[in-house]
Amino acid sequence: MTTRRPILRFRPGSRIIAVVLALGFTSLLVAATGASPFEAFRLLWQGSVGTTDKLANTLMTWVPLALASAGLVVTFSAGLWNIGVEGQIVMGAIAASWVAREVDLGTAAIITLAVAAGLVAGMLWGLLAGVLRVYARVNEIFGGLGLDFVATGLVVYLVIGPWKRSGIASTSGTDLFPREAWMPTIGDRLAPIAIVLAVIAIVAVFALMRGTYFGLRLKAVGANPTSAFIIGIRTHRYLLAAMAIGGALAGVAGTVQAIGFQHKLVPAISGGYGFLGILVVLLAAYRAALVAPIAFFFVMISVGSSQLSLRLGLDSSIGGVIQGALVLTAVLVGGWQVQRATRRAAAEEV
Amino acid sequence: MSLELRDIRKYFGEVRANDGVSIRVERGELHGLLGENGAGKSTLMKILSGFIEADSGEVVVDDQVIAMKSPRDAIAAGIGMLHQDPLVFLPFSVLENFVLGNPRADRDQARSELLRLGESFGFAFEPEAPVRTLTVGERQQLEIVRLLWLGAKVLILDEPTTGISATQQALLFEALRTLAGQGMIVIFVSHKLEEVEALCDRVTVMRRGRAVGDVPLPAPIDRLVEMMFGRAVKVAERDHRGLGDVAIELARLCVDDRLVSLRDLDLLVHRGEVIGLAGLEGSGQRTLLRSCAGLLAPRSGRLEAGGADLAGHPYHEHREAGIHYLPAGRLEEGLIRGVTVAEHFLLAGERKGPIIDWDSAHDEARRRIEEHSIVGTTDSPAESLSGGNQQRLLLAMMPAGVDVLLMEHPTRGLDIASADWVWSRLLERVEQGTAIIFSSADLDELLRYSDRIIVFFAGRVIAVLDAADTDAVRLAHLIGGKDLG
Repeated sequence: MTTRRPILRFRPGSRIIAVVLALGFTSLLVAATGASPFEAFRLLWQGSVGTTDKLANTLMTWVPLALASAGLVVTFSAGLWNIGVEGQIVMGAIAASWVAREVDLGTAAIITLAVAAGLVAGMLWGLLAGVLRVYARVNEIFGGLGLDFVATGLVVYLVIGPWKRSGIASTSGTDLFPREAWMPTIGDRLAPIAIVLAVIAIVAVFALMRGTYFGLRLKAVGANPTSAFIIGIRTHRYLLAAMAIGGALAGVAGTVQAIGFQHKLVPAISGGYGFLGILVVLLAAYRAALVAPIAFFFVMISVGSSQLSLRLGLDSSIGGVIQGALVLTAVLVGGWQVQRATRRAAAEEV
Repeated sequence: MSLELRDIRKYFGEVRANDGVSIRVERGELHGLLGENGAGKSTLMKILSGFIEADSGEVVVDDQVIAMKSPRDAIAAGIGMLHQDPLVFLPFSVLENFVLGNPRADRDQARSELLRLGESFGFAFEPEAPVRTLTVGERQQLEIVRLLWLGAKVLILDEPTTGISATQQALLFEALRTLAGQGMIVIFVSHKLEEVEALCDRVTVMRRGRAVGDVPLPAPIDRLVEMMFGRAVKVAERDHRGLGDVAIELARLCVDDRLVSLRDLDLLVHRGEVIGLAGLEGSGQRTLLRSCAGLLAPRSGRLEAGGADLAGHPYHEHREAGIHYLPAGRLEEGLIRGVTVAEHFLLAGERKGPIIDWDSAHDEARRRIEEHSIVGTTDSPAESLSGGNQQRLLLAMMPAGVDVLLMEHPTRGLDIASADWVWSRLLERVEQGTAIIFSSADLDELLRYSDRIIVFFAGRVIAVLDAADTDAVRLAHLIGGKDLG
């Protein structure tokens, strides 16, 4: 018997059960600190989508998470736990920053080049983890984690080394990029190009997984590599392609972080969106169509929770608690359903 | 003491792994349990050792029915199981593994018990050595003394001779004889006839989930083989055709598998020919099939098909040369769980551009479902189909124009109607010039459908027979390793 990675399969309604359970759990937590859960959730809403400015901010936070998650849908479908997504975001950001600092051509050209550079850098970083997995048999979790550290080390080196701010080296980041290298915005923050990139990525991944031979084969390789190989699929190619696509989208996420949001390179450029993306994709049960709303919901919680510390004196980490509780309850509900289905099947057999 | 299994039944879906098995073993008996892979031996022993629960039936020790819910209950009743891969914890030391399962034991006392028990069987243990440095045979020895220390009075050994040396095997058999001499019950599970013959006092033979015989040893070997493989009732139903061109040729092929090495194999198979591979499980049939398929690279020799030497070339080139492989594990090595019937046809079929046309894919799938009488819909996931329908799906996925079809146990686990249907389909292919090489544990199937039968014993080809001039008795003897001469 081959061992198979656990795949969450939800029946309709189970996500709702999971959300209700998670909200119930966090309400209890909030109530235990003496604050009103209802007030807390109202503030979360207010703080994330309550005003146009806040909505713009939330959308710009949604973009990198949605991009990274879309890429993870591809790698997870192929059965690869792409923990290296954080490093791929960072490498994308570094490449985009290089373009933003060094190229002097006018906004359209710089942005095009930066997106292309970020995409390629993330793709190569993903491919590297893929090559280690396929040809050197290094599990992609360990290879990816190692490459995460390398990328993070590199960004810190750049920020306090060669790209340090004029005068002083500081971990607060490089100098701001020249204005021509910023993604143009509507209002203060909202960069339509970034939104368009995220939407294109999600639609493309959805179409890839739903309507192409490539996507179907990828799914087959993820579900049972032995059978897929015997059926005639060249499994190595598909594993590498999945890592390349996942890395490329993560690289674009890094690009948006650098030239669309921070406008400089900072050590924490990934924003943790890679790891958060893993939770989003788990909750979406690897389905691209669900990534957009779930990522948005996660971002609402992240952005909105800063209000809780200001207004209710709660620690802003409550947002992370809600997100974690959501995934845990979803996994629990999913596991419980699998168990029930198994029992039902067993009962029918006798 | 005595041990009795009464009317044990365990079904997995349509598969009747144990279909009313009853066995009684008395004190001091070395009892063999013989049968091909899939006969139901392992399921029965897992029930006896508490790893799985029977659907119905009783385990009785000394006329008391044991409530068997977990391995703990089995141990409490004095039943200890030695698994094929001994369940040891690799990072821990020998002594630590020894006291696992008995955590309240005093370490020094445990150490002296370990050494004393080991000595009494001639096992040399180093208590502080990490278990990962031990061979499989030494891990077994450790597991045996551990079970004895826990108070086992019934010792079950599941295929214990796989992967151990001849010296260790001799030592193991000696220890088992000593234990039986002390009044213990030893149950020795194996598909290797000669081992059961050498060691056991009695043997129960299992076939297709049933105990088909319970005989004292020594017994005539052809009788045992016949019980394991079934009696061949009809012979040579089909027209043996004249030979066509060469479909595949092996010349002085040498292949190393994990436990089997094939040496200097020569074989010429013509188009439209059916070759049956006979032998006890693990005698080399799978090694031959997998090396022909390109999944095992030969060490030396030639493997020619479609006018090219494919030896050492990748699997995909074998497929392109018209060689097609259908393994025994349908859901492990053939179909994909969670992928639908329609999607399987897409995966196996010709790719028409990058985009899937789902409407025509479903139409095509419906057509093939009808053509192959598959019970299921286009959207049924593979695992929801019964074994027979999974086999039909695999056949329906096979492209046209296969020159060499390699199959393992084409009808294992199927009912008679499905098995007949599978063979009628295969023979249609043969009429069109496909050569088939298949392994089987069914004498009837081998004799009925093969033109030639290759008999394997212990990794060697011991006979190549013309199926028309062979009878079941001779084949049974050869499978058991003895030629009538």
